[in-house]
Amino acid sequence: MSEFGATMLGWTLPAVMAILALATAMAVFRLVRGPTLPDHVVALDLIGTIVAGIVAIHAIRTAQPVYIYASLVLGLVLFLGTVAIGYYLERKVTR
Amino acid sequence: MKDIIVSLMLWAGAAFTLLGALGTLRMPDLYTRLQASTKAGTLGVTCIMVAAAIHFMELAVAVRALLVVAFLFLTAPVAAHIIARAAHYIRVPLWERNVIDELGDTRRKPLSPSSPPEPGVPGHGPGSTRG
Repeated sequence: MSEFGATMLGWTLPAVMAILALATAMAVFRLVRGPTLPDHVVALDLIGTIVAGIVAIHAIRTAQPVYIYASLVLGLVLFLGTVAIGYYLERKVTR
Repeated sequence: MKDIIVSLMLWAGAAFTLLGALGTLRMPDLYTRLQASTKAGTLGVTCIMVAAAIHFMELAVAVRALLVVAFLFLTAPVAAHIIARAAHYIRVPLWERNVIDELGDTRRKPLSPSSPPEPGVPGHGPGSTRG
């Protein structure tokens, strides 16, 4: 049973990585396509979230739990960036 | 057994994330795209983080992973709300088959501050939510 589990995890990790890469490609398409500024922001936010997941999977693959910190910092920076752009847009209109 | 649980959580996370990205790619306007990317993407990364927490079987790593989850759950709705409100202010068009737009009275009025707000809709004039 444990060998089956190890084998399953062995092929699950690259497959999940590939799926997340596909999801990132879709988000990059939306990032390029637009058409409005908030669309770019949403796509970048999604890309950052997916990259946080990819970093966690990399932590499992390399058995290095330190990488989880990278996910944490990534989430923080993403939130700050999104809030900054949101306030910039609102100020630009309502001033 | 642990590896099987971790694998299933990883598959669930990958599926949710892929659905979120697909929604971001295919949904018709910004607001529905925001819906897909925020909810499905957050849930997908949550599943992946829980998988990492189960896999390492350490308290410190689990706390860090669940901290990422808690942080995502706190920030994703706030960020989505801010972006959606800002997009509504700069008049990002809604889907043409959209049924109701509850902030529509702030959209159609001119944005000059000299125009008085609609009677009966206090606090909904342009710039009144500026704070």
